[in-house]
Amino acid sequence: MRAAASRVLPMTTTPIAAKYETVIGLEVHVQLLTERKMFCGCNAAYADAVPNTHVCPVCMALPGVLPVINRKAVEYTVMAALALNCEIPQFSKFDRKNYPYPDLLKGYQISQYDLPLSQGGWLEIEVEGHEPRRVGIERCHLEEDTARLTHRTDAAGESHSLIDMNRSGVPLMEIVSAPDMRSPEEAREYLVKLRQILRYIGVSKANMEEGNFRCDANISLRPAGASEYGAKVEVKNMNSFRAVYHALQHEVVRQTAELDAGHRIPQETRGWVEADGRTVSQRSKEQAHDYRYFPEPDLPPVTLAPADVDAIRARLPELPDAKMRRFEGEYGLTRYEANLLCESRARADYYEAAVAPAGAGADDASRRYAKQVANWMLGDFARLLNAAGSDIADARVAPADLHALIALIEDGTISGKIAKSVFEAMFDSGKPPATVIDELGLSQISAADEISGIVDAVIARNEKPVADYRAGKQEALKFLVGQAMRETRGRANPATLTEILKAKLDAKA
Amino acid sequence: MPDLTDLTVHAAAGLLAKREVSSRELTQAALDRIAAVDDRVKAFVTVTGERALAQADAADKRLAAGERGPLLGVPVALKDVLSTAGVPTTCSSRMLEHFVPPYDATVVRRLAEAGAVSVGKTNMDEFAMGSSTENSAFFTTRNPWDLERVPGGSSGGSAAAVAAREATYALGSDTGGSIRQPAALCGVVGMKPTYGRVSRYGLVAFASSLDQIGPFTRDVRDCATVLNAISGHDPGDATSAPVDTPDFAAGIDAGARGLRVGVPREYMPPTLDAGVRRCIEDALRAFEAQGATVDLDLTLPSTEAALAVYYIIAPSEASANLARYDGVKYGFSWQRGESMWENMEETRGRGFGAEVKRRIMIGTYALSSGYYDAYYLKAQKVRTVIRREFDAAFERCDVIVSPVTPTPAFKIGEKADDPYAMYLNDVFTLPVNIAGLPGISVPAGFVDGLPVGLQIIGKPFDEATVLRAARAFEQTADWHMRAPALTA
Repeated sequence: MRAAASRVLPMTTTPIAAKYETVIGLEVHVQLLTERKMFCGCNAAYADAVPNTHVCPVCMALPGVLPVINRKAVEYTVMAALALNCEIPQFSKFDRKNYPYPDLLKGYQISQYDLPLSQGGWLEIEVEGHEPRRVGIERCHLEEDTARLTHRTDAAGESHSLIDMNRSGVPLMEIVSAPDMRSPEEAREYLVKLRQILRYIGVSKANMEEGNFRCDANISLRPAGASEYGAKVEVKNMNSFRAVYHALQHEVVRQTAELDAGHRIPQETRGWVEADGRTVSQRSKEQAHDYRYFPEPDLPPVTLAPADVDAIRARLPELPDAKMRRFEGEYGLTRYEANLLCESRARADYYEAAVAPAGAGADDASRRYAKQVANWMLGDFARLLNAAGSDIADARVAPADLHALIALIEDGTISGKIAKSVFEAMFDSGKPPATVIDELGLSQISAADEISGIVDAVIARNEKPVADYRAGKQEALKFLVGQAMRETRGRANPATLTEILKAKLDAKA
Repeated sequence: MPDLTDLTVHAAAGLLAKREVSSRELTQAALDRIAAVDDRVKAFVTVTGERALAQADAADKRLAAGERGPLLGVPVALKDVLSTAGVPTTCSSRMLEHFVPPYDATVVRRLAEAGAVSVGKTNMDEFAMGSSTENSAFFTTRNPWDLERVPGGSSGGSAAAVAAREATYALGSDTGGSIRQPAALCGVVGMKPTYGRVSRYGLVAFASSLDQIGPFTRDVRDCATVLNAISGHDPGDATSAPVDTPDFAAGIDAGARGLRVGVPREYMPPTLDAGVRRCIEDALRAFEAQGATVDLDLTLPSTEAALAVYYIIAPSEASANLARYDGVKYGFSWQRGESMWENMEETRGRGFGAEVKRRIMIGTYALSSGYYDAYYLKAQKVRTVIRREFDAAFERCDVIVSPVTPTPAFKIGEKADDPYAMYLNDVFTLPVNIAGLPGISVPAGFVDGLPVGLQIIGKPFDEATVLRAARAFEQTADWHMRAPALTA
């Protein structure tokens, strides 16, 4: 999908690049959330495991072992590829990528070279203040992760490298973008969007800090308006979206300065040094590996009939962009609200469950709360989650209880103000709103005779404001309502209260 | 009572079934024979006497409980390229000299389930690269028919062990002829099944798209029996074929009547040893006498290219398969270097023998960018041509018959310094691996006291016809009944 690349695009917010056009392509490696490793039956979830416990002869590369393809990993890759609008060829194969390194136990990585599981897709990104645009996806393919090396120096000053093979053979999906991004901002947006989609379809935790989402960036500059690409610099060692962004910004500045000084940019690999905020040269083009790819003789080709692909497509959940558009239309939300609510699938699911809890039906009666639910979720709820540092998926408030709370406001059982305290209690305890209200004695007083007595007392105690009101000062009424409210600790039904107060004041005039 | 070491598998199983002999007696006889002759034959890298006797006792218990099986309690020797849990698996390499695997190859597990008794691990060319066992890092195995000569290779130890009556049968592996060539040179039956017939899981890889495990036996019926036990789809080997295993022993006595035997002109070149030619021609007459038709006008035009194709594809795959031996995880490890890279280089430089290094270098070169298309890709294309030529040939015949080797066993040292002459020993066998076909070597006579083998090649997964033809031929003579004197 190279159409996007040919579109003439406005420059985004890196002003320094005005003379040159920045060209960025990203290679993202994502660990898949399969139960088992890519080519053996070992548990792939190694995060909290004791080193070298999730291993078997296959992932330890003992002599004589053979790989067997994990079909679930193939399915997950196809899911991701479909979500990225890729084409899925019927015929795909694995290849051996040869290079020596102690973390690569077989001495080659089983990867995919010329016939990947998918190619030719796109991802729509939107940088604030700019039109949405498509970034091409060249391919999504499947490979295996390496073991983990840890380098240590002992008390005697002797350095050691330790190998943890738990990670060896964990399914790894590589997503290669076209060189379609034109600024570090776009690159960051691409990563945010990609992560969102991968999490939506549930194929990866896609967490850069945890190492299950890794990104290498290719960046080059060319004179504005030129059609040929400049020499490509590959940047590695970035451990967060922030790092990617800063490393690319640094490269834009560095390469601009080089070009301005009349220097040629050599094609090379550079590493991002977080502490120094700069990249340093690691490997020149001449030192690049010859990976000697050849077809993996231990694995038959992967064939995916159109029906197989359709079956996987049918299992894809609604993707963020589609969901957002639906939220706008179906629930009358603003784009801003819909965007925030659809940020994660958990949040979006929560929202819909709160708008129309099971049993309540998806009728218009419950849809009435659509706006209120959004307000709660983006207001008090979000604030409390933030303060607690937790995620909506772990929230103790059930969606149905948020719905019930709004219903209690609507029917006048509690005021909107009281509801805030009720919600805080719900957030802490996980109890339904009715229970919280009972326990705290917070239900609204609507009974006219009870309110009447309170109003009498307030009138008796506030001669001056009463006189002012009767002299025509309408603001005095507000003050008196406030006094009565304070008397009831906010529980009086404001409408009933105002009505009774007014009646009594006017009657005695 | 016959000499227990001289028994075929089915004869041994018959005596065991009638409880006329125990597995322990059979096993002890094999171990005694090893003790008596193996210092001359040098077939074994490791002899597992105590384990074998324990397995024999377990087999005897199963027999006592009424269980019967064609391999139950019968001694076997395993090529040292098959992974055996708790028993060193060296591939006759310094690199794995002290390596003890924690797992059994699928074939080893299947044999164990069938009650086989393993007496030991047999010598081979290092990592199965060679045709004489002279590339073993430990010692050269001797041909039991002439101790000055090679037993063939790479499964020379397994072939010699069966010929020298040190085991009732053996397993080997065949990448370009490594079962059939030593079987021919040692005068025993050896079969390479169709690629995918037998699981490769636990077979230390040389060339993954060519390797296949197969049996060495004293006769064709045994070959069918062992093949029955080791065949079958294995979910642990993605290249093992999901096909049913027929009873290979069932139809072998159906004879050769009506069988269409084809002989490719390219497999009977003028340079063929005269004695070998005589043996093959006698064999063809024997087929005709049994009612088979012989077509001498078959042609496989790309035969000449097979050697080149093989020596691109096999080393290419080997260059990757052997990359794991870096001294980091297991096996030989040089640790006196200044750096990690130096240690890895020294480990490989010192741990591998010359032929292994030669093939790793050839393969690395063939896969290098700029050369890939001219070598590896071209070889794959020619491989397809060779396959199609076999397909076409099999439209005219049921089996293809040829010599196994151009000459009988050569002298130790005769070709050791000439890799190309050594490679030429496999010209008739390696096209069969390239095409993934089943092929067998059966004893077909002697030249100057040295055995000659007849190769019978079949269609993919048609081992049954190959075995039937081999059995029909075997019964026209008694070549397979002869045993070496081993008096030297």
